[in-house]
Amino acid sequence: MEWIVPFILTVITASTPLLLAASGELITEKAGVLNLGVEGMMLVGAIAGFAVTASSGSAILGIVAAVVAGVFMSLIFAFLTLTLMANQVATGLALTIFGVGFSALVGSGFVGFAIDPLPSLSIPGISAIPVIGPILFGQDFLVYLSISVVFGIGWFLTKSRAGLVLKAVGDSHSSAHAIGYSVIKIRYLATMFGGGMAGLAGAYLSLSYTPMWAENMTAGRGWIALALVVFATWRPGRLMAGAYMFGLISVMQLHAQGAGIHVPSQFMSMLPYLATVIVLVIISSDRAKIRLNAPACIGQAFRPAQ
Amino acid sequence: MTGDAGAEAIKGAAPAQLEVRGVTKAFPGCLANDDISFRIEPGEIHALLGENGAGKSTLVKIIYGVLQADQGDLIWQGAPVTIHSPHDAREMGIGLVFQHFSLFETMTVLENIALAMNDVRDMDVLRQRVLEVEKTYGLPLDPDRHVYTLSVGERQRIEIVRCLLQNPKLLILDEPTSVLTPQEVEKLFETLRRLADEGCAILYISHKLHEVKALCQKATVLRGGKVVGGCDPRAETAKSMAEMMIGQKLTAPNRGETRKFGDVRLAVSDLSLISDEQFGTHLKDINLEVRGGEIMGVAGVAGNGQNELFQALAGETEQEAAPDTIKIDGKSVAHFGPRRRRRLGAAFVPEERNGHGAVPDMSLSENGFLTAFRRMALAARGLIREVPTKSFADNIIKTFDVRTTGAGAEAGSLSGGNLQKFIVGREILQDPGVLVISQPTWGVDAGAASAIHQALLDLAAKGTAVLVISQDLDEIFAICDSVVVMSEGKMSKPRPMADVSIEEIGLLMGGLHDLEGNATPVMDTQTQGGRVGQA
Repeated sequence: MEWIVPFILTVITASTPLLLAASGELITEKAGVLNLGVEGMMLVGAIAGFAVTASSGSAILGIVAAVVAGVFMSLIFAFLTLTLMANQVATGLALTIFGVGFSALVGSGFVGFAIDPLPSLSIPGISAIPVIGPILFGQDFLVYLSISVVFGIGWFLTKSRAGLVLKAVGDSHSSAHAIGYSVIKIRYLATMFGGGMAGLAGAYLSLSYTPMWAENMTAGRGWIALALVVFATWRPGRLMAGAYMFGLISVMQLHAQGAGIHVPSQFMSMLPYLATVIVLVIISSDRAKIRLNAPACIGQAFRPAQ
Repeated sequence: MTGDAGAEAIKGAAPAQLEVRGVTKAFPGCLANDDISFRIEPGEIHALLGENGAGKSTLVKIIYGVLQADQGDLIWQGAPVTIHSPHDAREMGIGLVFQHFSLFETMTVLENIALAMNDVRDMDVLRQRVLEVEKTYGLPLDPDRHVYTLSVGERQRIEIVRCLLQNPKLLILDEPTSVLTPQEVEKLFETLRRLADEGCAILYISHKLHEVKALCQKATVLRGGKVVGGCDPRAETAKSMAEMMIGQKLTAPNRGETRKFGDVRLAVSDLSLISDEQFGTHLKDINLEVRGGEIMGVAGVAGNGQNELFQALAGETEQEAAPDTIKIDGKSVAHFGPRRRRRLGAAFVPEERNGHGAVPDMSLSENGFLTAFRRMALAARGLIREVPTKSFADNIIKTFDVRTTGAGAEAGSLSGGNLQKFIVGREILQDPGVLVISQPTWGVDAGAASAIHQALLDLAAKGTAVLVISQDLDEIFAICDSVVVMSEGKMSKPRPMADVSIEEIGLLMGGLHDLEGNATPVMDTQTQGGRVGQA
């Protein structure tokens, strides 16, 4: 049974980037903005975090740089779609393509660099407790952050007035505008939060998960994060469950190969998407459920009427 | 047209609740408000009248702080003010009940109310206050219900409660009754009169003139962005006010001599339908017959199955299993789609103009082609015949006086009334045997509405069976020969227009199924003149 602790640890590390990126996207989508550029924002966050950490030696600076880079990417998206009213789907795809290329360009000089991984929490005595010590008290701080963010947005969306306003903007932007809320401003903020979280997810990959830079190192996790938001029907609790489930699937894929079980890797990589499709079919049969949670204005441009 | 009649009202010693002085607002290419002045006293119910595009909405938005005036002043209780945002307006005590509700369907009543309040600290305190206001003004609402489960009347109550909670000194209502039954309207009026008695000024925007007559003490009439006059609605007739609004004489629709009805051309028998829309209404045992030359009205509050009925009649929902439930000229068609029904001579005009009745991004001639290509032979060997297609569109534009730059204009660029004239014209010029038309004059100004009404009457005179689905009782009384009422997916028996009163229809709309018309409850309403409307 000694494999179980390392196994759980890898599941947590595999799930954390998904959870970080998906939490951000959840807020973005709740405000009615569909940003398909998560993959691109993650990559730019990953290289920004890695480059700054490698040059300065400070992981904290690196993480800040990753968040800033993610916010910057999302601002490009927000400017194009919210100010210039470009199509959100097309712009999001373009953002991903841009992020892939741009991160590869910047990162070409950093291939092969090595940095120290993020330090893990270490409480003398407690972190050494068998099993629960390393799992609960031996993670790096981004893992704890990702979980607190989920609880934070859960509280924000259900209990706070600002969360209510955010949902209102995603539910009916014309009503929100008529009552006097600044739809564009709120959407900008929500999109920036999504960008910052995607940047953070990228930083987790390049600073903690595999402390190195490799071209296209997100390997589709941005897309899984997007699928995850729909899978969770825009609810933070399910988002966390889904992130850990998808993380589990990706780790099982590796372990299955290691154990010599012959499952085609393509089959395992498609599981998260397959699960999303199945969940979509199931929740679609009860439209009241999806309607109560899905932001009705998602992906629609808002032009204030005169 | 010098106009400042509204401002010439007696300037008493006490300051007006709100005085609008010389407000001007220009948009690119149009002067929406041109030097508008009038004043509203505390406790006064003041009507703002005008056609679509007269500048009423712009003025309301300026008063509510959504827009800023280019010139002119707002004087609030004697002091000039600048209202930067709806937040400011609410702070001052201005409440607005929107024409198109500003509600969030997936949220609860309480959340919707909280969103429109400036200061909400504690939801439980708010809940208490909501319940108090509901009790005081007799506006029952369950704070925890989701909005999408509520009727239109209940939704409006949310808007009103929302305003009342801020102790308004000026309450603006923008076309508040267009979705209510006559009884709901009467209840709304009671609430408004009571508010006015408590000293709240009310600005009431409507084009239902008999309501203005029943409720308001003063009226300001706008046309083309200018104040063209003011009056005491109680001393005017609906007709005189309508003429002031449109600036020309109104001609009542000419119904011609008593028409003779021919054979049944549209028959619906025992049509039941489970709606697959999530918040749709199921149709239950619908029966009706429309004869050639007859115009039958389908009255009812929106959302009682009219959309489902239209979709069933137009072939948008097909009844594979029961082809006999709908017959056009005796032929069973319920299993046909729209094109095959059109081939039999039926035509359909849906309620939603943009996106359903017309493709907004396509030109008028392309839109004309879409429904008329077969009957008007606009296609040959799979190709569009450009010349006849364009001349068909030109013909519609000419015959129905559609104001546009030409047949090449995009449908979406036309105003609602003009596009409606085009769509109605497109179907009528195809000379259909059966015409089903939903909300023919919804959001259409009085001039265009009377043109559409006349066109429908002329069409019926030529032997077409016309079914008009409408929420507007004035319209039904103006043009229909008989009427049925829909409520919760059920339909009342047809009644000749001549022996049914507006109160009876109102009761049927509210769901009292007095199908035989016996023992009609005596209603003591003050909305006499209900039949004046367009006349």
